[in-house]
Amino acid sequence: MFFGFDDNQLAFRDAVRDLLDKQCPPDVVRAAWDGDLDLGVWRALDEMGVTTALVPEPAGLGLDELSLALVLEETGRAGLPHPVVDTVLVAAPLLATHDDVSDAPSPGLVVTNLGGPNVTCAADADRFLLKAADGLHLVEPDGVSLAPLDTVDGARRAARIEWQPVAATLLTDDPAEVASAFDRGAFGTAAQLVGLAQRMLDLTVGYVSQREQFGQPVGAFQAVKHHLANALKELAFARPAVHRAAHSLAVGADSRERDVSMAKAMASDAARYVGRQALQCHGAIGYTVEADLHLYLKRTWALAAAWGDAAWHRDRVCTALGI
Amino acid sequence: MDLTWSPAEDAFRAEARSWLTEHLAAWQDRHGGEPASGDTREGFAQHLDWERDLFAGRWAAVSWPAEHGGRGATLWEWLIFEEEYYRAGCPPRVTQNGIFLLAPTVFEFGTPEQQAHILPRMAAAEDLWCQGWSEPNAGSDLAGIRAKATRVDGGWRLDGQKTWTTRGAFCTHLFGLFRTDPESERHRGLSYLLVPLDTPGVTVRGFGRLDGDEGFAEVFFDGAFLADDALPGGVVLGEVGQGWSVAMATTGSERGLTLRSPGRFLATAGRLIDLYRADPQPRLREQLVDAWMRAEAYGLFTLDTVTRLSGGAAMGADSSINKVWWSELDCDLHELALDLLGPDAELEGPWSKGWQFALSGPIYAGTNEIQRNIAAERVLGLPRK
Repeated sequence: MFFGFDDNQLAFRDAVRDLLDKQCPPDVVRAAWDGDLDLGVWRALDEMGVTTALVPEPAGLGLDELSLALVLEETGRAGLPHPVVDTVLVAAPLLATHDDVSDAPSPGLVVTNLGGPNVTCAADADRFLLKAADGLHLVEPDGVSLAPLDTVDGARRAARIEWQPVAATLLTDDPAEVASAFDRGAFGTAAQLVGLAQRMLDLTVGYVSQREQFGQPVGAFQAVKHHLANALKELAFARPAVHRAAHSLAVGADSRERDVSMAKAMASDAARYVGRQALQCHGAIGYTVEADLHLYLKRTWALAAAWGDAAWHRDRVCTALGI
Repeated sequence: MDLTWSPAEDAFRAEARSWLTEHLAAWQDRHGGEPASGDTREGFAQHLDWERDLFAGRWAAVSWPAEHGGRGATLWEWLIFEEEYYRAGCPPRVTQNGIFLLAPTVFEFGTPEQQAHILPRMAAAEDLWCQGWSEPNAGSDLAGIRAKATRVDGGWRLDGQKTWTTRGAFCTHLFGLFRTDPESERHRGLSYLLVPLDTPGVTVRGFGRLDGDEGFAEVFFDGAFLADDALPGGVVLGEVGQGWSVAMATTGSERGLTLRSPGRFLATAGRLIDLYRADPQPRLREQLVDAWMRAEAYGLFTLDTVTRLSGGAAMGADSSINKVWWSELDCDLHELALDLLGPDAELEGPWSKGWQFALSGPIYAGTNEIQRNIAAERVLGLPRK
């Protein structure tokens, strides 16, 4: 029994954290709202092997979901606007199975509607992985038309996809493969929510430690302490659920659907809860688009609802438990 | 990450399961099928019978070394044992305040002579220990302790009062904090003393807890003479004047890992699911699954903690959020059971009993308000002032 991560997994996380600290600061997240999606950080992640982490060697790193759990938390923590869940977790392993990837191991920027109708980074995508009645299709940009959406988190860069499935684009019609792809996406989103919650908590601890009222840091007031202790608690107990889901996916456990759903439900609830406490403890400065908090708060709202919201996943756990 | 148990751990589980199942049934039979609450005088005696059975099977304190009455189990095996213990439906441990609260301190601060005397007798339920920390005016603010121990020829003279002493009326010994330096204030000048309750001048009065059982006691010290040699190895644990740090060194065990193992809550969640299945009420389904997930998350959190402890890390301030989590979870599990029972929730029974007990969780072992302060200051690093 060992409920932890090995040195390689920790080193992978540290490397990605360093990269994101440098190449995905809040400015890059802000730029994604109005301007272009910064492709520098995406290329750097690609060079590090993140985008093909789940692709078997030699084309990819041949890793599993467990090796990505902490990396995904880091992408959430950084507020990385790129479709890392869609591309890395959902699309890349499917492409490796069904498409010849030996020449071009990098999957490019692939987005999907498997987690919901609002497809993130749709206009930036190289390819689309789209769900239809007969399975999953891999579609080139000229095969879709996009209806851009006005999202609360501008960095979602989301659109609805209009397209017609044709036999030539069908990638897989295996329901088990589609279900697995969905579970990987839900797990990846849960891991990002944990990272987002950590970021919001860290920002808030920093803020309340220096902001003074009544002659002392507001973080010294018990009311503020208790809000943040509760936030810490919800986050601390959601995180191991996400790590267990990663393990269940990696080993193909019978309980993987249940475990992924528990993880997504708990991570969605925890991140939204942490977000509310974070905003409250920031006070008015948090209620602006000038402070960074809103970047992570709005992403949290979007991801909590994507890939099945907490209620949907709780329902799936109920089914697994036979209640 | 490896979430499988070794063959040796599986064998340990099988041995525990079979022993507990067999002996639990025999114990229940010996006491009319349904032993009384361990927090009543009659029930306490019945539970001692169970405790002595556990000791005879070397299950009373599995993680202790064999020479003190344990079987040198690893933390993982301890978790397995606890899971099996509660899954089988075994009763609350009436010896737990000694085994889980005093013993870790004896292991850390006791002399070899103290360890050799205290621990085996505790495991065997020959000496029954209760905690004498809180006082009428020193609860959450424990450093406000006023009970004093004055140095006299050959021992200590004890004066003052302790209260909220769980099962004090049925115990034989008390471990307590006393002010040994009359000039001292707050955390300084306290000593950790071990007191036989039959010492003349010590009076114990049991009184009813919320559920009416005599599970609480207050203990009065009226010039009681505690001789230095009242216990082999002496009556002071650690150094005189260092009582606060001696006591605090092991409070992590109380809040965190040892007092409330996940097995207990997972078993409760399992029984709650059984209760639901017997009479499904879809309006409560989402709450039910939420409660189950929270119990499961506590189990996972504990696996994470034990992994870190096994790697040499210390139980840190994160035991504070742990305590808030399990104590609120226990309330939620029982409150939901009452909802499922509907009008019959008002009847005396295991769920209403468990509910009333669960309500004490957010209060004892440091109130959850204090735990939140600790989490905020020592885990998050928020300013004290």
